[in-house]
Parts: sequence; C-alpha cells; structure tokens
Amino acid sequence: MRYNEKELQALSRQPAEMAAELGMRGPKKGSVAKRRLVKLVVNFLFYFRPDEAEPLGALLLERCRVAQEEPGGFSISFVEDLSRKYHFECCSQEQCQEWMEALRRASYEYMRRSLIFYRDEIRKMTGKDPLEQFGLSEEARFQLSSLPRDGQACIGSQLDVLD
Amino acid sequence: MKLNERSLAFYATCDAPVDNAGFLHKRGARGAGSHRRWFVLRGNMLFYFESEASREPLGVILLEGCTVELVDAREEFAFAVRFASGRSRPYVLAADSQAALEGWVKALSRASFHYLRLVVHELEQQLAAMRERSPANALPTSPSPVSNLRPKENGRAAWSVLPEKPTAAPQRPPLPPRRRASAPNGPLASFAQLHERYGLEVQALRSQWRGGQAGLAGLEVWHPSSSGGTHTQDQP
Repeated sequence: MRYNEKELQALSRQPAEMAAELGMRGPKKGSVAKRRLVKLVVNFLFYFRPDEAEPLGALLLERCRVAQEEPGGFSISFVEDLSRKYHFECCSQEQCQEWMEALRRASYEYMRRSLIFYRDEIRKMTGKDPLEQFGLSEEARFQLSSLPRDGQACIGSQLDVLD
Repeated sequence: MKLNERSLAFYATCDAPVDNAGFLHKRGARGAGSHRRWFVLRGNMLFYFESEASREPLGVILLEGCTVELVDAREEFAFAVRFASGRSRPYVLAADSQAALEGWVKALSRASFHYLRLVVHELEQQLAAMRERSPANALPTSPSPVSNLRPKENGRAAWSVLPEKPTAAPQRPPLPPRRRASAPNGPLASFAQLHERYGLEVQALRSQWRGGQAGLAGLEVWHPSSSGGTHTQDQP
C-alpha cells in the first residue's frame, strides 16, 4: 500500500501525548524485547531506536485492543488478528496503567464516539445541539446513526473499551 | 518506516463509519495523466482504491497537518492537498461536480485528529460546567475525559488547550472533574477563533462558487501557516 511516508515521519517529530523508553517485542514468535523510544502522536504509536531521529516504525491505533499482560506490561493487537500482539514492558505498573489509558483514548473512533456522547448528553440537558454553534450539526460523521452496529453502539456504555 | 499495513487495510474496508466516499481523479506520480479512483475518507486517513469493489486500497494519504486548496488546473473541479512539512508536491485531485468538490474540500479540511480533539475537549468542558451547575442531573458513565491526557514530550501536546494537571485516579469518577485552563482566554477563545476561521472560509468559498467563477486560482481554504494564528497543526 502506498502512503505519504514523509508526512508520517514529520508527524513522528511533533510533540507527543506520551513518550517513554519501553521494552518492545514484535508479534513474531521468538522475537526478543528491545529498548525502544515509544511515542504517541495523535492516533499513531511511533517507535524509535533510543538514539535515532527517524522512527523504525509506526502503528495506526484504530480498531486495536490494549490489554494488560504481566504486571507492568501491556500489549496492543488489532481486531483482524487479536493473537498477533505487540508487547510493551514498562518500568512500573503505574506507568503501564498510564500508557494503557492513553492508548485506549488515542483512536479517531474513540474521539468520535466521545463527541457523539457529549453532544447527546448536552442536548438532553439543554435541549440544544452544542454542535450548531460550530456549524457541525449536519456532519454525517457525528450522527448517532454513524456508530458501528456492534455492541459498542449503545451510548454511554463503556466508551473507553475499543472493539 | 514499517507500518501496520495489514491493519490499515482492514481499517479501510471494515464497517467503521465512513466520513466521505466517492470517485476522484488523481494525478499520477509524475504528473502525467490522472486515474479515476474510489476514495474513502475515514478519520484522518484518505484511502484510495482501484474501484469501488476493491478489497484492498492501492494507497492512503495521511491527512494530519495538511491544507486543502482549490486550484486552477487543467481538470475541472480540482483541489490540492498540500503539506507544509514533508513532501513538496501536493496531491491534485478532481471531483466530478461542484457539489462533490465542495463536499470533499469541507470534509478534508476538517478531517484532522487535532481538530476533532479540540471539538471534543470543548464539549467536555461545556458538559462538566453544566453538571457542576446542576448536580441533581442523573450522571451516566462518561467516557474517560480526553482532556486528562498528561502531555509528556516537550511539556505540551500540539494543542496547548490541555489542562496543566492530570486527574489523580485512572478510575472514572461519576462526576467528571472540572478542569479549566488557567489562562482566561484559554481553550474557548482558541476554538472560537479556529471555528471562526473555518466558518469565514467556507462562507467565502460558497459565495465564490455561487458566483460561478471558473478560475479560482490560489484561493485557499485554510492556510494556517499564513494566518499568523498560534494554534496551527502543520508545524513540524
């Protein structure tokens, strides 16, 4: 698949929501954990060799599952094959918790669902649509009907748990 | 750079909400000729397929940090997706109609994660303010507030609207903690400014289009780097 790599590289240089050196292990069987600088920028997780400026790689964080593994460790896997896990080792369970929370909220889909939720809540409380003043009321992507038809479609139910 | 392309392809074709879709003519790599491709916008990613029935995308354009401009090109209904950082050559795309052109320009201009996060943050604050005023209201479980992300790298995230202090507990409290940015003209002013800018641009475009102008050379939808505003999303 072709993609604009230069823009992705530029994105990796932007200020990050979270950045830390963690142990990282790829999904292939027998892969060894290596120290990587891991950086969360919008809905991408970049990983670098600790002293390099260019990232080794990036993970788009849509349709992913973030799960606790051993204490102080978590994994990221993707809906199309949940058994293929990227493993991360933190220096403490506290750091691990922080990362998991941040990663669960890092997807565009999560943002969209949050927006729909807040809009709905405000509408219920005030009778007014808060998106009207921003001219966004009619956008298809913010309608209730745009939510996927899986179990997460119910507003207010576990919005921080990705499919 | 490695990218989880398989997951990307899956995201492109799954049942997640599509933000826009349609045929566009895309200029080839060396500017020679253009191909008609099926484009699908999901979040901040613009995928393109050989045809509507294709199962895997040919490619994807990450839209974060881009500007969208109308261009005076040999194609009718043409626009360009341009990046300040990274590649120098813009993507030149052409729609089939004026309506499609308008739809795409609007959708792509607002596709960034940064923009969406700003809107969410704004609503979060509004809701928190309302709940404080009327605690008697029933409080269903809220999503973990977006604004509680603690910026780590360089002390701040790209948008400086995030509050200074994170919440204490990772648990979601029934009443979301109220966080107001310390600056009096903090997030509200920024978002209003940003929205004002969008609103004016779209209005200006609309009146131009209705005037039936054929040549709209150089008319820019939104070029944050030239606006002098503080909150821009294409700073490297």
